[in-house]
Amino acid sequence: MALSISRSLLDRLRRHGEETYPYECCGVLVGSFDDAGGKKATTAVACGNTRTDSPRNRYRIDPAELVRIQREAILAGRDIVGFYHSHPDHPAMWSATDLAEAHWTGCSYLITGVERGHAVLTNSFVLLEDEDSKRFEDEIVEVTAE
Amino acid sequence: MNRTEKIRSPKKGRKMPIKVLIPTPLRPYAGKQPVIEVNAQTVGEALSALVALHPDLRKHLFTEEGKLRSFVNVYLNSDDIRYLSKDATPVTETDTITIVPSVAGGR
Repeated sequence: MALSISRSLLDRLRRHGEETYPYECCGVLVGSFDDAGGKKATTAVACGNTRTDSPRNRYRIDPAELVRIQREAILAGRDIVGFYHSHPDHPAMWSATDLAEAHWTGCSYLITGVERGHAVLTNSFVLLEDEDSKRFEDEIVEVTAE
Repeated sequence: MNRTEKIRSPKKGRKMPIKVLIPTPLRPYAGKQPVIEVNAQTVGEALSALVALHPDLRKHLFTEEGKLRSFVNVYLNSDDIRYLSKDATPVTETDTITIVPSVAGGR
């Protein structure tokens, strides 16, 4: 399994993490799944972080935004394929909180480490298994020219 | 019985066809369909009809006590049913129910 994403799209979500620093950014990846379980992200929708009580180390996307994005994606024959957020001054590795709060099995969760305002690494993890036995697995990111 | 009640009474008990949008993680339990149409008068009836059609969805939507799982959001059009009348929220055939698991986390 791998996530395919264009360089410009990847740059955009990394820039989002720089723009919101020192707070966490978040957003939704829309695209398509292939029959082999791979995914292609064609759009990144930047969302607001509703965790205004603790934005430096928590994020939450307003479900109303998810509803709108999912509806528009389905109408366009596409799907939500993943999500992204940033870890300000913290590694691009999923945390216990990230796993506990992840519920979109099969989707990609991209995390960008942002150090002193500059995006460093971006890693992707795919959520696997049912809610009761869920886990993240490292995911290959195929960066395409467009 | 007044005139209004006479007009309304034939519709009493009539279930409306309503669309339910299924998020990608639940599609494997819903025949891989992004949109499923069910007949219902309320949101609760629509969700019951949905799990009757696709029983594998039940444990992904509801707890063993039959309550919506805490991370499952159900919207009628643009409104969270928790802020409407929850399961008893009436539906019409122009409405859309959307199911979205929550998205959150942090370092």
